[in-house]
Amino acid sequence: MTLLAIETSCDETGVAIIREGRVLSNVVASQTAIHAEYGGVVPELATREHLRNFMPVAAEALRQASVTPAGLDAVAVTRGPGLPSALLAGLKAGQALAFCLRKPIAGIHHLEAHLYSPWILADPPRGDFAQFEPSVSLVASGGHTLLVHVRGLFNHRVLGATLDDAAGECFDKIGKLMGLAYPAGAQIDRLAADGNPKAFQFPRPMLAEANDDFSFAGLKTSVRYFLEKNPGLLDDPRRLRDVCASAQAAIVEVLAGKTARAARRLGARCVTASGGVACNNALRRELAAACAQAGMRLRLAERVFSTDNAAMIGILAERKLMAGAGEMDLDAEIEPNWALPLA
Amino acid sequence: MATFISHSIAETAALGEQWGRAASAGWLVGLSGDLGAGKTLLAGGLARGLGVTGRVPSPTFALVHEYPGGRLPLWHLDLYRLTTRAEIAAAGLESYLCRPQGVVVVEWIERWLEEQSGPLAPGVRMRRVEIKIAGDAERRITYEDFGG
Repeated sequence: MTLLAIETSCDETGVAIIREGRVLSNVVASQTAIHAEYGGVVPELATREHLRNFMPVAAEALRQASVTPAGLDAVAVTRGPGLPSALLAGLKAGQALAFCLRKPIAGIHHLEAHLYSPWILADPPRGDFAQFEPSVSLVASGGHTLLVHVRGLFNHRVLGATLDDAAGECFDKIGKLMGLAYPAGAQIDRLAADGNPKAFQFPRPMLAEANDDFSFAGLKTSVRYFLEKNPGLLDDPRRLRDVCASAQAAIVEVLAGKTARAARRLGARCVTASGGVACNNALRRELAAACAQAGMRLRLAERVFSTDNAAMIGILAERKLMAGAGEMDLDAEIEPNWALPLA
Repeated sequence: MATFISHSIAETAALGEQWGRAASAGWLVGLSGDLGAGKTLLAGGLARGLGVTGRVPSPTFALVHEYPGGRLPLWHLDLYRLTTRAEIAAAGLESYLCRPQGVVVVEWIERWLEEQSGPLAPGVRMRRVEIKIAGDAERRITYEDFGG
Protein backbone atom coordinates (compact mmCIF):
# COMPACT_ATOMS: atom_id res chain seq x y z
CA MET A 1 0.00 0.00 0.00
CA THR A 2 1.29 3.49 -0.86
CA LEU A 3 -0.15 6.17 1.35
CA LEU A 4 0.06 9.96 1.66
CA ALA A 5 -0.18 11.20 5.26
CA ILE A 6 -0.96 14.73 6.46
CA GLU A 7 -0.30 16.30 9.87
CA THR A 8 -1.60 19.80 10.73
CA SER A 9 -2.79 19.58 14.34
CA CYS A 10 -0.75 22.52 15.65
CA ASP A 11 2.21 24.49 14.25
CA GLU A 12 3.81 22.10 11.77
CA THR A 13 2.57 21.33 8.27
CA GLY A 14 3.74 17.78 7.57
CA VAL A 15 3.27 15.43 4.62
CA ALA A 16 4.82 11.95 4.34
CA ILE A 17 4.68 9.12 1.81
CA ILE A 18 4.59 5.61 3.30
CA ARG A 19 4.83 2.31 1.42
CA GLU A 20 4.66 -1.14 3.07
CA GLY A 21 5.91 0.21 6.39
CA ARG A 22 8.71 2.27 4.86
CA VAL A 23 8.91 6.06 5.09
CA LEU A 24 9.65 7.13 1.50
CA SER A 25 9.58 10.83 2.40
CA ASN A 26 8.77 12.94 5.44
CA VAL A 27 8.56 16.70 4.87
CA VAL A 28 7.83 19.19 7.63
CA ALA A 29 7.41 22.90 7.01
CA SER A 30 8.55 23.99 10.43
CA GLN A 31 7.42 27.37 11.61
CA THR A 32 9.81 27.14 14.54
CA ALA A 33 12.65 28.72 12.58
CA ILE A 34 10.45 31.69 11.79
CA HIS A 35 9.21 31.88 15.40
CA ALA A 36 12.70 32.23 16.85
CA GLU A 37 13.28 35.46 14.91
CA TYR A 38 10.40 37.03 16.78
CA GLY A 39 11.82 36.32 20.25
CA GLY A 40 9.28 34.08 21.82
CA VAL A 41 6.17 34.68 19.83
CA VAL A 42 4.77 33.37 16.68
CA PRO A 43 3.76 35.27 13.58
CA GLU A 44 0.70 34.02 11.77
CA LEU A 45 0.51 30.82 13.70
CA ALA A 46 -1.32 27.84 12.45
CA THR A 47 -4.18 28.16 10.05
CA ARG A 48 -3.08 30.54 7.36
CA GLU A 49 0.40 29.02 7.33
CA HIS A 50 -1.02 25.53 6.84
CA LEU A 51 -2.99 26.74 3.83
CA ARG A 52 0.10 28.40 2.40
CA ASN A 53 2.38 25.42 3.15
CA PHE A 54 0.24 22.47 2.23
CA MET A 55 0.61 22.32 -1.56
CA PRO A 56 4.40 22.92 -1.68
CA VAL A 57 4.99 20.47 1.20
CA ALA A 58 2.79 17.79 -0.43
CA ALA A 59 4.47 18.30 -3.81
CA GLU A 60 7.91 18.00 -2.19
CA ALA A 61 6.93 14.82 -0.32
CA LEU A 62 5.69 13.22 -3.56
CA ARG A 63 8.81 14.36 -5.45
CA GLN A 64 11.23 12.97 -2.83
CA ALA A 65 9.34 9.66 -2.82
CA SER A 66 9.13 9.55 -6.65
CA VAL A 67 5.40 8.92 -6.31
CA THR A 68 2.62 10.56 -8.31
CA PRO A 69 -0.86 11.12 -6.88
CA ALA A 70 -2.16 8.41 -9.23
CA GLY A 71 0.20 5.98 -7.49
CA LEU A 72 -1.47 6.44 -4.09
CA ASP A 73 -3.68 3.72 -2.59
CA ALA A 74 -4.85 5.66 0.45
CA VAL A 75 -4.72 8.97 2.30
CA ALA A 76 -4.26 9.51 6.06
CA VAL A 77 -4.80 12.66 8.06
CA THR A 78 -4.63 13.81 11.69
CA ARG A 79 -8.26 14.15 12.75
CA GLY A 80 -7.59 15.38 16.30
CA PRO A 81 -6.95 16.47 18.93
CA GLY A 82 -5.65 19.93 18.10
CA LEU A 83 -6.49 23.46 17.08
CA PRO A 84 -9.79 23.24 15.15
CA SER A 85 -8.85 25.58 12.31
CA ALA A 86 -5.46 23.90 11.87
CA LEU A 87 -6.95 20.40 11.88
CA LEU A 88 -9.57 21.52 9.41
CA ALA A 89 -6.93 22.66 6.88
CA GLY A 90 -5.32 19.19 6.81
CA LEU A 91 -8.52 17.18 7.04
CA LYS A 92 -10.20 18.97 4.13
CA ALA A 93 -7.07 18.75 1.98
CA GLY A 94 -6.90 15.00 2.66
CA GLN A 95 -10.58 14.47 1.98
CA ALA A 96 -10.37 16.39 -1.29
CA LEU A 97 -7.40 14.25 -2.37
CA ALA A 98 -9.12 10.99 -1.38
CA PHE A 99 -12.29 12.08 -3.20
CA CYS A 100 -10.40 12.90 -6.40
CA LEU A 101 -8.44 9.63 -6.27
CA ARG A 102 -11.47 7.57 -5.14
CA LYS A 103 -9.29 6.03 -2.44
CA PRO A 104 -9.95 5.39 1.27
CA ILE A 105 -8.95 7.96 3.91
CA ALA A 106 -7.92 7.18 7.48
CA GLY A 107 -8.54 9.62 10.37
CA ILE A 108 -5.72 9.33 12.87
CA HIS A 109 -5.44 10.35 16.53
CA HIS A 110 -2.40 12.61 16.89
CA LEU A 111 -1.42 11.29 20.33
CA GLU A 112 -1.86 7.68 19.26
CA ALA A 113 0.62 8.37 16.45
CA HIS A 114 3.12 9.77 19.00
CA LEU A 115 2.43 6.79 21.24
CA TYR A 116 3.53 4.27 18.58
CA SER A 117 6.30 6.47 17.08
CA PRO A 118 9.04 4.73 19.14
CA TRP A 119 8.42 1.74 16.85
CA ILE A 120 9.70 3.63 13.81
CA LEU A 121 13.39 3.27 12.97
CA ALA A 122 15.28 6.27 11.56
CA ASP A 123 17.85 4.74 9.20
CA PRO A 124 16.44 3.50 6.96
CA PRO A 125 13.14 4.99 8.11
CA ARG A 126 10.56 2.25 8.52
CA GLY A 127 8.11 0.74 10.97
CA ASP A 128 9.57 -1.83 13.33
CA PHE A 129 6.43 -3.46 14.72
CA ALA A 130 8.03 -6.92 14.60
CA GLN A 131 9.80 -5.77 17.75
CA PHE A 132 6.66 -4.38 19.34
CA GLU A 133 5.95 -5.27 22.91
CA PRO A 134 3.58 -3.99 25.61
CA SER A 135 4.93 -0.98 27.47
CA VAL A 136 4.40 1.96 29.71
CA SER A 137 4.79 5.01 27.48
CA LEU A 138 5.58 8.63 28.18
CA VAL A 139 4.35 11.15 25.61
CA ALA A 140 5.82 14.57 26.41
CA SER A 141 5.73 17.63 24.16
CA GLY A 142 4.94 21.33 24.22
CA GLY A 143 1.23 20.68 24.33
CA HIS A 144 0.91 17.27 25.99
CA THR A 145 2.35 15.25 28.84
CA LEU A 146 0.79 11.87 29.47
CA LEU A 147 1.60 8.42 30.71
CA VAL A 148 -0.04 5.54 28.86
CA HIS A 149 -0.26 1.81 29.48
CA VAL A 150 0.10 0.09 26.09
CA ARG A 151 -1.21 -3.43 26.72
CA GLY A 152 -1.03 -4.49 23.08
CA LEU A 153 -0.90 -2.94 19.64
CA PHE A 154 -3.74 -0.35 19.54
CA ASN A 155 -4.83 -1.42 23.01
CA HIS A 156 -3.86 1.39 25.35
CA ARG A 157 -5.20 3.30 28.36
CA VAL A 158 -4.11 6.70 29.70
CA LEU A 159 -2.76 6.36 33.25
CA GLY A 160 -2.22 10.05 33.94
CA ALA A 161 -1.58 13.44 32.37
CA THR A 162 -0.55 16.96 33.28
CA LEU A 163 -3.00 18.89 35.40
CA ASP A 164 -1.69 22.24 34.12
CA ASP A 165 1.43 22.95 32.01
CA ALA A 166 2.95 20.35 29.68
CA ALA A 167 6.63 19.46 30.22
CA GLY A 168 7.71 21.16 26.98
CA GLU A 169 5.71 24.25 27.89
CA CYS A 170 7.50 24.30 31.26
CA PHE A 171 10.88 24.24 29.48
CA ASP A 172 9.82 27.08 27.17
CA LYS A 173 8.35 29.27 29.92
CA ILE A 174 11.29 28.78 32.28
CA GLY A 175 13.47 29.74 29.30
CA LYS A 176 11.37 32.87 28.81
CA LEU A 177 11.83 33.80 32.49
CA MET A 178 15.59 33.44 31.95
CA GLY A 179 15.47 35.60 28.82
CA LEU A 180 16.14 32.77 26.35
CA ALA A 181 14.62 32.87 22.86
CA TYR A 182 11.71 30.68 21.83
CA PRO A 183 11.63 27.71 21.68
CA ALA A 184 13.83 27.37 24.76
CA GLY A 185 13.75 23.62 25.35
CA ALA A 186 16.71 22.78 23.10
CA GLN A 187 18.73 25.74 24.45
CA ILE A 188 18.18 24.71 28.06
CA ASP A 189 19.29 21.19 27.14
CA ARG A 190 22.47 22.62 25.58
CA LEU A 191 23.26 25.10 28.39
CA ALA A 192 22.47 22.50 31.06
CA ALA A 193 25.10 20.15 29.62
CA ASP A 194 27.80 22.36 31.19
CA GLY A 195 25.84 23.24 34.33
CA ASN A 196 25.52 21.69 37.77
CA PRO A 197 22.08 20.09 38.22
CA LYS A 198 22.53 20.14 42.01
CA ALA A 199 23.47 23.84 42.21
CA PHE A 200 19.93 24.93 43.06
CA GLN A 201 17.08 22.95 44.52
CA PHE A 202 13.75 23.23 42.70
CA PRO A 203 10.63 21.24 43.64
CA ARG A 204 9.87 17.86 42.03
CA PRO A 205 6.12 18.38 41.64
CA MET A 206 3.96 15.30 42.29
CA LEU A 207 6.93 12.93 42.26
CA ALA A 208 5.97 11.56 45.67
CA GLU A 209 2.26 11.31 44.92
CA ALA A 210 0.76 7.91 44.27
CA ASN A 211 -1.06 8.83 41.02
CA ASP A 212 0.35 9.02 37.48
CA ASP A 213 -0.49 12.69 36.92
CA PHE A 214 1.97 15.52 36.39
CA SER A 215 2.00 19.22 37.30
CA PHE A 216 4.60 21.70 36.09
CA ALA A 217 2.98 25.11 36.68
CA GLY A 218 4.24 25.28 40.27
CA LEU A 219 7.80 24.50 39.22
CA LYS A 220 7.67 27.32 36.67
CA THR A 221 6.42 29.69 39.37
CA SER A 222 9.12 28.63 41.82
CA VAL A 223 11.80 29.34 39.20
CA ARG A 224 10.24 32.77 38.83
CA TYR A 225 10.42 33.45 42.59
CA PHE A 226 13.99 32.14 42.66
CA LEU A 227 15.11 34.47 39.86
CA GLU A 228 13.39 37.45 41.49
CA LYS A 229 15.19 36.76 44.77
CA ASN A 230 18.54 36.36 43.02
CA PRO A 231 18.78 39.35 40.69
CA GLY A 232 21.92 39.44 38.59
CA LEU A 233 22.31 35.66 38.72
CA LEU A 234 21.59 35.34 35.02
CA ASP A 235 24.32 37.85 34.14
CA ASP A 236 26.86 35.20 35.13
CA PRO A 237 26.97 32.64 32.28
CA ARG A 238 28.16 29.89 34.64
CA ARG A 239 25.26 30.46 37.04
CA LEU A 240 22.82 30.61 34.11
CA ARG A 241 23.99 27.15 33.06
CA ASP A 242 23.52 25.97 36.66
CA VAL A 243 19.94 27.30 36.73
CA CYS A 244 19.23 25.53 33.42
CA ALA A 245 20.71 22.26 34.69
CA SER A 246 18.89 22.47 38.03
CA ALA A 247 15.48 23.30 36.54
CA GLN A 248 15.91 20.66 33.86
CA ALA A 249 16.82 18.08 36.50
CA ALA A 250 13.55 18.81 38.31
CA ILE A 251 11.45 18.27 35.17
CA VAL A 252 13.35 15.22 34.01
CA GLU A 253 13.44 13.47 37.38
CA VAL A 254 9.67 13.76 37.66
CA LEU A 255 9.06 12.48 34.12
CA ALA A 256 11.48 9.56 34.36
CA GLY A 257 10.67 8.74 37.98
CA LYS A 258 6.91 8.53 37.48
CA THR A 259 7.28 6.63 34.19
CA ALA A 260 9.57 4.00 35.74
CA ARG A 261 7.38 3.70 38.81
CA ALA A 262 4.23 3.09 36.73
CA ALA A 263 6.09 0.51 34.65
CA ARG A 264 7.21 -1.38 37.77
CA ARG A 265 3.71 -1.25 39.27
CA LEU A 266 2.14 -2.63 36.09
CA GLY A 267 4.84 -5.23 35.54
CA ALA A 268 5.77 -3.74 32.15
CA ARG A 269 9.02 -5.02 30.69
CA CYS A 270 9.38 -2.14 28.26
CA VAL A 271 9.26 1.66 28.55
CA THR A 272 8.89 4.00 25.58
CA ALA A 273 9.09 7.79 25.27
CA SER A 274 8.00 10.09 22.45
CA GLY A 275 7.08 13.71 21.72
CA GLY A 276 9.41 16.69 21.41
CA VAL A 277 10.61 16.49 25.02
CA ALA A 278 11.88 12.96 24.32
CA CYS A 279 14.71 14.71 22.40
CA ASN A 280 16.00 16.11 25.70
CA ASN A 281 19.37 14.51 26.47
CA ALA A 282 18.97 14.55 30.24
CA LEU A 283 15.59 12.82 29.95
CA ARG A 284 17.06 10.18 27.66
CA ARG A 285 19.87 9.53 30.17
CA GLU A 286 17.54 9.50 33.17
CA LEU A 287 15.11 7.08 31.51
CA ALA A 288 18.00 4.84 30.43
CA ALA A 289 19.35 4.73 33.98
CA ALA A 290 15.93 4.02 35.51
CA CYS A 291 15.21 1.24 33.02
CA ALA A 292 18.65 -0.33 33.40
CA GLN A 293 18.20 -0.41 37.15
CA ALA A 294 14.75 -2.04 36.86
CA GLY A 295 15.77 -4.45 34.10
CA MET A 296 13.32 -2.95 31.61
CA ARG A 297 13.93 -2.31 27.94
CA LEU A 298 13.80 1.33 26.81
CA ARG A 299 12.63 2.37 23.39
CA LEU A 300 12.98 6.09 22.61
CA ALA A 301 11.38 7.68 19.58
CA GLU A 302 14.04 8.68 17.05
CA ARG A 303 14.58 12.45 17.20
CA VAL A 304 13.24 12.98 13.66
CA PHE A 305 9.97 11.29 14.66
CA SER A 306 9.71 12.95 18.10
CA THR A 307 8.42 16.35 17.10
CA ASP A 308 5.22 16.63 15.06
CA ASN A 309 5.56 14.86 11.71
CA ALA A 310 3.37 13.10 9.17
CA ALA A 311 5.46 9.89 8.97
CA MET A 312 4.13 8.71 12.33
CA ILE A 313 0.59 9.43 11.11
CA GLY A 314 1.15 7.42 7.92
CA ILE A 315 2.92 4.47 9.57
CA LEU A 316 0.06 4.13 12.06
CA ALA A 317 -2.61 4.62 9.38
CA GLU A 318 -1.18 1.90 7.16
CA ARG A 319 -1.20 -0.60 10.05
CA LYS A 320 -4.76 0.38 10.90
CA LEU A 321 -6.08 0.22 7.34
CA MET A 322 -4.47 -3.21 6.88
CA ALA A 323 -6.26 -4.33 10.04
CA GLY A 324 -9.55 -2.97 8.70
CA ALA A 325 -9.62 -0.02 11.11
CA GLY A 326 -9.21 3.73 10.99
CA GLU A 327 -11.11 4.49 7.79
CA MET A 328 -13.43 7.49 7.95
CA ASP A 329 -16.13 8.94 5.71
CA LEU A 330 -15.26 11.61 3.16
CA ASP A 331 -17.45 14.07 5.04
CA ALA A 332 -16.19 13.15 8.53
CA GLU A 333 -15.52 16.09 10.83
CA ILE A 334 -12.44 17.03 12.84
CA GLU A 335 -12.24 15.84 16.47
CA PRO A 336 -10.49 18.74 18.30
CA ASN A 337 -11.22 17.27 21.76
CA TRP A 338 -10.53 13.63 20.89
CA ALA A 339 -9.27 11.89 24.04
CA LEU A 340 -7.41 8.60 24.32
CA PRO A 341 -9.25 5.99 26.41
CA LEU A 342 -8.65 6.26 30.16
CA ALA A 343 -7.45 3.45 32.39
CA MET B 1 -13.35 47.92 39.75
CA ALA B 2 -13.27 45.18 42.39
CA THR B 3 -10.23 43.76 44.18
CA PHE B 4 -9.72 40.33 45.65
CA ILE B 5 -6.61 39.32 47.56
CA SER B 6 -5.83 35.63 47.22
CA HIS B 7 -3.49 34.02 49.73
CA SER B 8 -3.23 30.62 48.10
CA ILE B 9 -3.72 28.50 45.00
CA ALA B 10 -6.93 27.20 46.60
CA GLU B 11 -8.34 30.72 47.07
CA THR B 12 -7.60 31.69 43.46
CA ALA B 13 -9.28 28.52 42.17
CA ALA B 14 -12.25 29.11 44.49
CA LEU B 15 -12.72 32.64 43.10
CA GLY B 16 -12.86 31.20 39.59
CA GLU B 17 -15.29 28.54 40.71
CA GLN B 18 -17.58 31.18 42.19
CA TRP B 19 -17.52 33.09 38.87
CA GLY B 20 -18.23 29.88 36.97
CA ARG B 21 -21.30 29.12 39.06
CA ALA B 22 -22.68 32.61 38.34
CA ALA B 23 -21.70 32.66 34.64
CA SER B 24 -24.29 33.07 31.89
CA ALA B 25 -24.09 32.54 28.13
CA GLY B 26 -22.32 35.23 26.12
CA TRP B 27 -19.79 36.03 28.83
CA LEU B 28 -16.11 36.60 28.16
CA VAL B 29 -13.51 36.61 30.93
CA GLY B 30 -10.22 38.20 29.85
CA LEU B 31 -7.19 37.46 32.02
CA SER B 32 -3.91 39.36 32.26
CA GLY B 33 -0.94 38.56 34.49
CA ASP B 34 2.70 37.47 34.32
CA LEU B 35 3.91 33.87 33.89
CA GLY B 36 3.08 32.08 37.12
CA ALA B 37 0.41 34.56 38.24
CA GLY B 38 -2.33 31.90 38.21
CA LYS B 39 -4.34 32.56 35.04
CA THR B 40 -4.79 28.89 34.14
CA LEU B 41 -5.64 28.17 37.77
CA LEU B 42 -8.40 30.79 37.78
CA ALA B 43 -9.70 29.48 34.43
CA GLY B 44 -9.69 25.95 35.85
CA GLY B 45 -11.77 27.10 38.80
CA LEU B 46 -14.18 28.79 36.43
CA ALA B 47 -14.51 25.55 34.46
CA ARG B 48 -15.27 23.59 37.62
CA GLY B 49 -17.87 26.20 38.60
CA LEU B 50 -19.54 25.56 35.25
CA GLY B 51 -19.63 21.85 36.03
CA VAL B 52 -16.70 20.76 33.88
CA THR B 53 -15.13 17.63 35.36
CA GLY B 54 -11.60 16.47 34.66
CA ARG B 55 -8.40 18.33 33.93
CA VAL B 56 -8.16 21.91 32.68
CA PRO B 57 -4.55 22.10 31.45
CA SER B 58 -2.83 25.12 29.94
CA PRO B 59 -3.90 25.81 26.33
CA THR B 60 -0.64 27.64 25.53
CA PHE B 61 0.39 25.29 22.72
CA ALA B 62 -3.02 24.23 21.47
CA LEU B 63 -4.20 27.90 21.63
CA VAL B 64 -7.75 26.79 22.46
CA HIS B 65 -9.35 24.00 24.50
CA GLU B 66 -13.05 23.34 24.28
CA TYR B 67 -15.14 21.97 27.18
CA PRO B 68 -18.62 20.95 26.05
CA GLY B 69 -19.43 18.99 29.24
CA GLY B 70 -20.50 21.71 31.69
CA ARG B 71 -23.68 23.69 32.31
CA LEU B 72 -22.67 25.92 29.37
CA PRO B 73 -20.03 25.22 26.73
CA LEU B 74 -16.66 26.72 27.68
CA TRP B 75 -13.80 27.79 25.44
CA HIS B 76 -10.42 28.31 27.09
CA LEU B 77 -8.04 30.39 24.94
CA ASP B 78 -4.41 31.35 25.45
CA LEU B 79 -2.89 34.16 23.37
CA TYR B 80 0.61 33.78 24.92
CA ARG B 81 2.20 32.68 21.63
CA LEU B 82 0.57 35.49 19.64
CA THR B 83 1.25 39.22 19.96
CA THR B 84 -1.07 41.23 17.77
CA ARG B 85 -4.66 41.25 16.62
CA ALA B 86 -3.50 40.34 13.12
CA GLU B 87 -1.74 37.21 14.38
CA ILE B 88 -4.71 36.21 16.51
CA ALA B 89 -7.01 36.56 13.50
CA ALA B 90 -4.56 34.63 11.29
CA ALA B 91 -4.56 31.77 13.81
CA GLY B 92 -8.32 31.59 13.40
CA LEU B 93 -9.12 32.62 16.98
CA GLU B 94 -11.16 35.76 16.31
CA SER B 95 -14.41 33.80 16.05
CA TYR B 96 -14.02 32.50 19.61
CA LEU B 97 -14.06 35.97 21.14
CA CYS B 98 -17.81 36.31 20.79
CA ARG B 99 -19.74 33.15 21.61
CA PRO B 100 -23.35 33.97 22.56
CA GLN B 101 -24.05 30.30 23.33
CA GLY B 102 -21.36 29.83 25.97
CA VAL B 103 -18.56 31.22 28.12
CA VAL B 104 -15.09 32.15 26.87
CA VAL B 105 -12.05 32.62 29.10
CA VAL B 106 -8.97 34.13 27.47
CA GLU B 107 -5.45 34.22 28.91
CA TRP B 108 -3.19 37.11 27.83
CA ILE B 109 -6.26 39.07 26.70
CA GLU B 110 -4.12 42.22 26.37
CA ARG B 111 -2.69 40.71 23.17
CA TRP B 112 -6.16 41.09 21.66
CA LEU B 113 -7.20 44.33 23.30
CA GLU B 114 -3.88 46.05 22.59
CA GLU B 115 -4.52 49.70 23.53
CA GLN B 116 -8.20 49.24 24.06
CA SER B 117 -9.56 48.41 27.53
CA GLY B 118 -13.31 48.44 26.91
CA PRO B 119 -15.67 45.82 25.49
CA LEU B 120 -14.78 43.83 22.40
CA ALA B 121 -17.95 44.40 20.41
CA PRO B 122 -21.48 45.69 21.04
CA GLY B 123 -23.43 43.19 23.11
CA VAL B 124 -20.41 41.35 24.48
CA ARG B 125 -20.19 41.20 28.24
CA MET B 126 -16.62 41.07 29.41
CA ARG B 127 -14.89 40.80 32.78
CA ARG B 128 -11.38 42.21 32.47
CA VAL B 129 -9.15 40.62 35.12
CA GLU B 130 -5.63 41.55 36.17
CA ILE B 131 -3.64 39.22 38.43
CA LYS B 132 -0.60 40.75 40.12
CA ILE B 133 2.00 38.69 41.96
CA ALA B 134 2.15 40.27 45.43
CA GLY B 135 4.25 37.62 47.18
CA ASP B 136 5.20 33.95 47.03
CA ALA B 137 1.59 32.90 47.61
CA GLU B 138 -0.28 36.21 47.49
CA ARG B 139 -2.05 37.49 44.39
CA ARG B 140 -3.85 40.81 43.94
CA ILE B 141 -6.76 40.15 41.56
CA THR B 142 -8.59 43.20 40.23
CA TYR B 143 -11.51 43.00 37.83
CA GLU B 144 -13.99 45.24 36.06
CA ASP B 145 -17.11 44.41 34.04
CA PHE B 146 -17.87 45.92 30.62
CA GLY B 147 -20.90 45.75 28.33
CA GLY B 148 -24.25 44.07 28.83
